[in-house]
Amino acid sequence: MTDATIAAVHDREAAAASRRHFVSRTIIYALLTIFAVIYLAPLLILVFNSFREQPEIAQNGLIAFPRSFQLKAWAEAWSTYCIGGTCEGMRRNFLNSLWMAVPATILSTLLGAMNGYVLSKWRFKGSEVLFTLMLLGVFMPGQIALMPWAFLLGKVGLTNSTYGLILIHVVQGISFTTLFCRNYYVSIPDDLIKAARIDGAGFWRIFRKIILPLSPPILIVTVIWQFTGIWNEYLFGVVFTSGREQPITAALVALTASGTNVRAYDVMSAAVLIGALPPLLVYFLGGKYFVRGLTQGAIK
Amino acid sequence: MSSLNIRNLRKSFGAVEVLKGINIEARTGEFIALVGPSGCGKSTLLAMIAGLESVSEGEIRIGDRLVNSVAPKDRDIAMVFQSYALYPTMTVRENITFGMESRGVPKPQRDEAVKRVAALLQIEPLLKRKPGQLSGGQRQRVAMGRALVRDPKLFLFDEPLSNLDAKLRVDMRTEIKKLHHRVGKTTVYVTHDQVEAMTLASRIAVMHQGQVQQFDEPQVVYDRPANMFVAGFMGSPAMNFIPATLTTDAEGKPAVSFKATGGTAVLTLQDGISPGAAGRDVILGVRPEHIFRYSHELKASKKSIASVDAPVEMVEPTGAETIGLMRFGELEVTGRFDPDEAPRMGETITLGIDMSHACLFDPVTRNLI
Amino acid sequence: MSTVPMDAGRNSASGAPGPTWRERLARISPILILAPSLAASFVYIFVFTIWTLYISLSNSSLLPSYGFIGLDNYVSLWSNRRWNIAYSNLFFFSAFYIVGAMGIGLLLAILIDQRVRGEAIWRTIFLYPLAVSFIVTGTVWSWLYNPTDGIQMLVRSLGWTHFNFALASDRSTAIYAIIITGIWQSSGFAMALFLAGLRSVDQDLIKAAQIDGASTFRTYRRVILPIISPIFLAVAVVQIQFAIKTFDLVAALTRGGPGISTTFPAIYVYDLMFQRGQIGEGAAAAMMMLAALAVVLVPYALFVVWRHRRESRP
Repeated sequence: MTDATIAAVHDREAAAASRRHFVSRTIIYALLTIFAVIYLAPLLILVFNSFREQPEIAQNGLIAFPRSFQLKAWAEAWSTYCIGGTCEGMRRNFLNSLWMAVPATILSTLLGAMNGYVLSKWRFKGSEVLFTLMLLGVFMPGQIALMPWAFLLGKVGLTNSTYGLILIHVVQGISFTTLFCRNYYVSIPDDLIKAARIDGAGFWRIFRKIILPLSPPILIVTVIWQFTGIWNEYLFGVVFTSGREQPITAALVALTASGTNVRAYDVMSAAVLIGALPPLLVYFLGGKYFVRGLTQGAIK
Repeated sequence: MSSLNIRNLRKSFGAVEVLKGINIEARTGEFIALVGPSGCGKSTLLAMIAGLESVSEGEIRIGDRLVNSVAPKDRDIAMVFQSYALYPTMTVRENITFGMESRGVPKPQRDEAVKRVAALLQIEPLLKRKPGQLSGGQRQRVAMGRALVRDPKLFLFDEPLSNLDAKLRVDMRTEIKKLHHRVGKTTVYVTHDQVEAMTLASRIAVMHQGQVQQFDEPQVVYDRPANMFVAGFMGSPAMNFIPATLTTDAEGKPAVSFKATGGTAVLTLQDGISPGAAGRDVILGVRPEHIFRYSHELKASKKSIASVDAPVEMVEPTGAETIGLMRFGELEVTGRFDPDEAPRMGETITLGIDMSHACLFDPVTRNLI
Repeated sequence: MSTVPMDAGRNSASGAPGPTWRERLARISPILILAPSLAASFVYIFVFTIWTLYISLSNSSLLPSYGFIGLDNYVSLWSNRRWNIAYSNLFFFSAFYIVGAMGIGLLLAILIDQRVRGEAIWRTIFLYPLAVSFIVTGTVWSWLYNPTDGIQMLVRSLGWTHFNFALASDRSTAIYAIIITGIWQSSGFAMALFLAGLRSVDQDLIKAAQIDGASTFRTYRRVILPIISPIFLAVAVVQIQFAIKTFDLVAALTRGGPGISTTFPAIYVYDLMFQRGQIGEGAAAAMMMLAALAVVLVPYALFVVWRHRRESRP
């Protein structure tokens, strides 16, 4: 073979390789795009419909590009739409959820961080056993706890109150937050703690000056996990509260179930979005750290 | 006056006894190396001196104070960790001052101390950086700075050089030695590297299986190892152990005999050694540098040199010297040769053995005779 | 491990001053910190479980009462057609849901692993449903399944006027509507875990496989996936938990209907306890849910411990 033919063969092979590469890239992006459409569609439909006028929705169906525009649905969903007998919109329930999720998240995260600190850096005889027992709480189905909670909340006068739900979510959340924090703190070298003890720092000083400054990655994970989990929780909300005291998830179900009137998809879409917005916001702000931390801490 | 005194110290984790009666005493200003293979208990011992592990039995005194139950911060010690243990969220300056801050030392005094230590270690330009932005050697310096700033009674080092690359390790070793010379504080230094122990320490405690095998000056530990463990652990390549029998040579002087490749070799022991009756089994210990190419001139200048013929199985040139592997019957024996007179593979060489440095061990107790 | 010499004070020999109250406080603060959480967890996990177990063995109806009636509630539960449907629904749903979510999650993870542009954007798109509640997801999808307003209408309006898509309104297919929605919600979560696993594989192994001439497909099948096999198990266990506890999704999507075709144990427990006032039988149903979880989790826990032991053995 002459040099020229060799070069020609090389060119052909290179061309074939780059064609194969191009085809496989196209397939990859095509698949990703199809899935992305499927994942984004429900959210987009909600957003569109919350700004479309109800008659237009009724005419063209739920899945269509907006041909009308209004802001009325949001206002109505927020403050005037009727659920059952009361016509106060979602505002009250939104605030209920906020007053429930924020304190419960902060409390359970704080407890988890301190528990994790003790269980990873101040171990004592039997602390591993205690940790394993606390871990069981992660797996408990809520249904097991329904009757006992009902009884306890009744005893202390916290039925139909946000405080009762806070209590439930803190107790239930401790297992998760302790697990996350403990697994993260275990990876902080013990030598740091020893060095700090020689430097004269005690239990609290080490926590404040060494552990907490290292904690943001895991605290972000814990806060996102707890906040989205508590905000999105439905079972305890629907069982232990009613009417004006309900968190937004329970109110949403009540709203969409009240099928007596013609389905007001515009208002319902806005209401559903109001209910989905806070955890989505939290997720979009901290999601990057969430994925990283989740895979570091949770699956171990 | 002693600045560290450890008496009969024991430590058990559950049923496992990791330290079995340790006795070490350090004079003021001394540099003690604790050396031994991993799992020998040396790091546990250091942690107990620091107060990071509790004492099961025995006493630790720093200065003249019994510190068994004194918290680490009150022991007047400073420690450099293998991992450096620099606080990753603090700057170098904050790392160095954290201890003083914890103790409530006022700020002007802290700044003064940082200035002094930074100058000593030449880390002034690094003070504003975080540990993550430092190289291995710089971290090492900062870790030492954190210890130095305390001006403690006792310095503790836990394998401080083992995370550095080979060249840097040698440089830092020299620097630690200079620093100790300048500061003059009592130091306990844990290492598994016998070269580090030899070069740095004024006395070495060789540890194995929770016990101090020998505690003495480096050269004594090297020349007269207390037992076969110490003999094998200190020195690289390791000491050769040749099973032998006590006998007498042609002139009737005490000697050892063993089976060499060409027949039985009889080596006369150095004058003045009378290790026991003929017929007793012993282990002859010879360091590789005391095995070399035999020549009559050498013999003439040094009477204690004996000779043995042996085939050469392998040679490993390292540049400065060439390591030769010779066959003695069933054994392989290592020798160190000047590259100019190194043997060739396959050659049968007449080896000179300097018996004045030979050690004899009891094959049962494995102790030096 | 950092062991703290908490007993250091006990063998304090002569000469050393005893610990001050401050030191004593410092010594017990780890336990003080832990105590409230421990107490709460203990009550929540053990007391509540035993309590519910006891109610399940009692003649409680509208209110808890403590007349012991043995296993009557369980007998009555298992002879109930609706409960049997609920339990078999759970198995049917779990199987498809787990396989589907893991399959799609793995596919997405592998696609993203091909050094695609805008990786963070793709990841965010596939994972965001995790932040949304089952209530929101269920509500939206119930609209999409609705034949007069949703997908069926869209396709018909595009010209296929006889297109039929009424998944959620048909007794025999409604469970698939729940399965599809469930997969949509949680395949992103599986993707995130798989992706982390793929990224943890030693790059030298992949280079070695390339030099051995293995195709991308073969490299995944023979080299990468076997290495991350523990993640498959972990993902499956997490998903099974979701499945067994599934309540919100069904409540928002089909409310157990049409008829009783999509009843789930969690739905039935709620119904028994709070709609029909049969607390005893509801507690029995809750205990059966716990049993289902235990059947999955206990062997998994034992396996993990066994694997851990084997690995830590020298």
